[in-house]
Amino acid sequence: MATSRLPAAEFDAEEQLDAQHLPEFPRDPSGMVQMLSPDGELNSSGFRGYVPAEDELAALYRDMYLIRRFDQEATALQRQGELALWVPMRGQEAAQIGSARAMQDQDYAFPTYREHGVAVSRGVAHADLLKLFRGVTNGGWNPKDSNFHLYTLVLAAQCLHAVGYAMGMQRDQLAEPSLPKAATVAYFGDGASSEGDVHEAMVFAASFNAPAIFFCQNNHWAISVPTEVQSRVPLAYRAHGYGFPGIRVDGNDVLAVQAVTRWALDRARNGGGPVLIEAFTYRMSAHTTADDPTKYRLAAEEEQWVARDPLTRVEHRLRATGTGEHFFQQLEEEAVELAGNLRAAVLSMSAPGLEHRFAATYAEAHPLIQEELKAWKDYEAGFDIEGGDR
Amino acid sequence: MAVMTIAKAINEGLRAALGTHPRALLMGEDIGDLGGVYRVTEGLKAQFGPERVVDTPLAESGIIGTAIGLALRGYLPICEIQFDGFVFPGFNQITTQLAKMHARSDGLLSAPVVIRIPYGGGIGSVEHHSESPEALFAHTAGLRIITPSNPHDAYWMIQQAVTCADPVIVFEPKRRYWLKGEVDVSAVPTSPFQAEVLRVGTDATIVAYGPLVPVALAAANAAAEDGTSVEVIDLRSISPIDFDTVTDSVLKTGRLLVAHEAPTFGGIGGEIAARITERAFLSLEAPVTRVGGFHLPYPTARTEEHYLPDLDRILHSLDTVLAY
Ligand SMILES: Cc1ncc(C[n+]2csc(CCOP(=O)(O)OP(=O)(O)O)c2C)c(N)n1
Repeated sequence: MATSRLPAAEFDAEEQLDAQHLPEFPRDPSGMVQMLSPDGELNSSGFRGYVPAEDELAALYRDMYLIRRFDQEATALQRQGELALWVPMRGQEAAQIGSARAMQDQDYAFPTYREHGVAVSRGVAHADLLKLFRGVTNGGWNPKDSNFHLYTLVLAAQCLHAVGYAMGMQRDQLAEPSLPKAATVAYFGDGASSEGDVHEAMVFAASFNAPAIFFCQNNHWAISVPTEVQSRVPLAYRAHGYGFPGIRVDGNDVLAVQAVTRWALDRARNGGGPVLIEAFTYRMSAHTTADDPTKYRLAAEEEQWVARDPLTRVEHRLRATGTGEHFFQQLEEEAVELAGNLRAAVLSMSAPGLEHRFAATYAEAHPLIQEELKAWKDYEAGFDIEGGDR
Repeated sequence: MAVMTIAKAINEGLRAALGTHPRALLMGEDIGDLGGVYRVTEGLKAQFGPERVVDTPLAESGIIGTAIGLALRGYLPICEIQFDGFVFPGFNQITTQLAKMHARSDGLLSAPVVIRIPYGGGIGSVEHHSESPEALFAHTAGLRIITPSNPHDAYWMIQQAVTCADPVIVFEPKRRYWLKGEVDVSAVPTSPFQAEVLRVGTDATIVAYGPLVPVALAAANAAAEDGTSVEVIDLRSISPIDFDTVTDSVLKTGRLLVAHEAPTFGGIGGEIAARITERAFLSLEAPVTRVGGFHLPYPTARTEEHYLPDLDRILHSLDTVLAY
């Protein structure tokens, strides 16, 4: 019997594995793209062509400042029982404003549920963002108006929608080359990165070279579970396994986030395919208003991140380059007005009747819906006739 | 009128849909050069190209999830799930995302995705290749579920599914893929959500759908030899269910038997029994009876004949119903 043998003598499995040594899990933000240090120093970077001009910094600061105030106000509204739940975003302003400001009108964002900064940048009204949490709808805005999809509470599901939508953009572009080149951005968290849908989305995006950007906000915690439980390697590394670039960026540095996202979108729009961006950031407050972070993380960790606050470093830079007190005062006045308007809008929100649910479930007429609606209406009408209370 | 098998009729229906709707596309595993494991998509890639007939990565959630994205962008994706038992990796996308897109957006968005699933047993296959999971989907609002039992319906239903503004799951009775029948390609098709009275009778009604329709007809024929007149209804649509047609029949016959392959517990038969009891209680001469699968994982190929409702089991139940 003929035998063919592997060159066993030259093959040492342990040695081979050692050679692929896995990197240590970086707890610190080393090896990530950064342009504006926590002290407000500008660094050089490899994304020079995509860095916003220095005079745009004030506008980015304004966006971050206002969304922080919005977030505070929403938290207060929840505490007062006006919202069923709130999902705070404090600490993630740079990741959201930076990435959203990198998008063009024709691009399309698919969020999870914490992307309030992205939403507002895309043109969603502040009050509309609270409708879901107020409990008057499961949507709240028309995604087609803002190219910002509805929030998705099933983690990671939207990553596939983003890839499918990007595949559609790709087809539209082929059929109609005069259309503006477009891409999608899928937002998800470090916890969600463990879901199978993220894997499938990355496989599809790579296989079809879809113009889809995966924007992972690694805010270090999936409710109470740290990133280390989700992944043994920095999340950005995973992209290489799918065959596209993965970049870790300082998620608290609005300039770096914007530059990296602009680069990735530009590349995707021009046929370069997907990119995974891991924005290394931190959720500074609770997961939701129902969460108690003191049960699972140390105050020392939180303090460490206060020093990396995404707003402070921009403020340092603005002051160092001559922005006067007047700008900051005016911004605070604007924030107060925003909060007041928001409060009024929320208090006046009411839910449409159950008829609305019957009407919206199917696009075409449906006999079971009609039958049940009629039965329910007849039942309700009984109370009117009797005039009694319920 | 052309005579063709159900598989060929779906193939022709898909060809017509792809031809009529430039934004329709097929997505699935092995549907391109191979033409699907049941060859239902045979020749379509050659005709319409790889952009319209897409061999996807092997990922059911991926297929459904990206189809949702494409639909949001205005495309009309028609997904093939290779076998009934493999739809579950995509269950989340179907029930939590696809079914709810219209409702969650207050009607602003729709995702008219079509999902084709070959289903049911009787082909002597290994596990996860013979299941009938339709009730798991019927329980979810926002989906529509249809199932053809003959080539004519198969040809039209797939095209009607593509033009429906809601997501539609088409359960294809795989053991009937080779069943031949006439297809009238110039007919004006009836609504796919309407049941059809296939045989008129006066003593009892049998409701069946998909793979069991021929069995129900055979039972009615056998009963006729004994002098019993049985009405047979092909349900055609599992969600919504055309209760009006079933009710009218029961008001006349007074007896109802529902037959399906899926386990009876928590199944479509129970739903029909309950509704008909509400609607026709005073006309019923006997309790509504169900004939279906047992509360077991689908059995092995060599035991499935004891599990599947066959002519004898239906006739036995018919006797019970008629004995009241
Ligand atoms: C499929 C799914 N499983 C579980 C949950 C419950 N859940 C809500 S948020 C959350 C943690 C998410 O963490 P991460 O993805 O890191 O995002 P973050 O909330 O930190 O932004 C969990 C487990 C869910 N919403 N969806």
